[in-house]
Amino acid sequence: MSKNKTLGETLQERGISRRSFLKFCATTASMMALPPSMIPVIASTLEKVRRPSVIWLSFQECTGCTESITRSHSATIEDLIFDTISLDYHHTLQAASGAAAEHAREEAMQENHGNYILVVDGSIPGENNGYSTIAGISNKDMLLDTAAGAAAIVAVGSCAAFGGIPKADPNPTGAVSVSDLIKDKPIVNVPGCPPIPAVMTGVLVQFLTFGLPELDHLGRPAAFYGQSIHDRCYRRPFYDKGLFANSFDDEGAKKGWCLFKLGCKGPTTYNACAVTKWNDGTSFPIEAGHPCLGCSEPDFWDAGSFYKALSIPTGDIGKTAVYAGTAGLVAGAALGASLRARKKSAVKNHERVTIDDLDQES
Amino acid sequence: MTANGMPAPDFAASAPCAPPTGNLVPLLHEIRHALTCWLEKGQEHVIDLRGIPLAPGEEDGLLEQLGEGEVKAGLTLMGPSVIIETRYPGVWLVTHYSEDESITGRFIEVCEVPAILKSQTDDIRTGLERLEDQLSNAEATV
Repeated sequence: MSKNKTLGETLQERGISRRSFLKFCATTASMMALPPSMIPVIASTLEKVRRPSVIWLSFQECTGCTESITRSHSATIEDLIFDTISLDYHHTLQAASGAAAEHAREEAMQENHGNYILVVDGSIPGENNGYSTIAGISNKDMLLDTAAGAAAIVAVGSCAAFGGIPKADPNPTGAVSVSDLIKDKPIVNVPGCPPIPAVMTGVLVQFLTFGLPELDHLGRPAAFYGQSIHDRCYRRPFYDKGLFANSFDDEGAKKGWCLFKLGCKGPTTYNACAVTKWNDGTSFPIEAGHPCLGCSEPDFWDAGSFYKALSIPTGDIGKTAVYAGTAGLVAGAALGASLRARKKSAVKNHERVTIDDLDQES
Repeated sequence: MTANGMPAPDFAASAPCAPPTGNLVPLLHEIRHALTCWLEKGQEHVIDLRGIPLAPGEEDGLLEQLGEGEVKAGLTLMGPSVIIETRYPGVWLVTHYSEDESITGRFIEVCEVPAILKSQTDDIRTGLERLEDQLSNAEATV
């Protein structure tokens, strides 16, 4: 697709009917949680869009975000979205490597200076640049250099948006987020570990269609992160009625009651999982019977046990730490050995593992 | 039986298998309200079913209650789309599928005919050009 042609012209050339395009716009509006009345607006705007250049940088990450976006099942729609952009650099996906790959990035930056979209996944080591480099260039230098000519930055995944797991205590690399380093460019945070594929592509389409989306106080697009998991959860009526599962195999769990007491972070987590769902709209963690971990919130990894209810103060952890410090490391090591022995014994005797057991291990 | 001779839906019998959210009856009221608006003002209405929290099985319960009416149309574009007029005339169920036949969007439209069923001006123009080319090629070979 030529960069000078509009999407509408390209689709027409390829023999894609207007009706197909309307279907694409209808499903895209649904994906972006926009009211159906916006479908004609998306159609008329998107068909005039010219193909923007996208540079995708991956830093301290697990490639889960790229896996997520490329494993989307809606192949046709993703193809169309990728047809609307020119992915000029993505070192995980591109065939070129080494100097040739870096040359592609520099060329795209020069040709599209001031106009390209920069997508970043992964956090950036803040203390010692040597922790993560690409082609001998530190992550920080590459980010600052590439961000300088970008029209906007999309920080994909909790690592790029908030530091994520690399930033988790004790944060050995001094990991920081994109917004910690870049202050003079519009940044859209698309957190999640990983984010929902449809949300990632939806943000790109929204950016192409309406420009910079409306953001919440954490820089997340309100269309996808405007409501909590709890507010959109189909188990919410049970919370309102005070009906909770107290363990993973009790009567409440079998009846599909609210998972709040099992540590569900739905009430404090803002994401589209409860509506957009995963695996092509099949389900989401709560529907599969597991509490929400809150992965799209800052520092979710350090927010206490995944299995401790939000209303129970997580202060126990601090208390334990102080106690361990006073009693010395020997006490901590002994506790660890005791837990491991308890786990081994439980496996051997096919004993049930309780929430308390999970809590102690986390 | 209802006035038009079709069996009346049994809301209790088609209750969802999972515990309900309570959103089903309000949805039916929204459809009723939309039908009233269409009759009074000609105002069309679209409900995106993906935007409404529904318990597993609850959407099937809704579809069962809406049932199927006189019209069923299939489109083949970027995967199939199925358009069904429900047992309530003017209430259409539009379901879009991807090429691997998983649902990518499901809407309830209250209107005379869903827009996606109508021929589109751009497509008519392209079709006309194709027909004219075909005719001129045919004339050239005669």
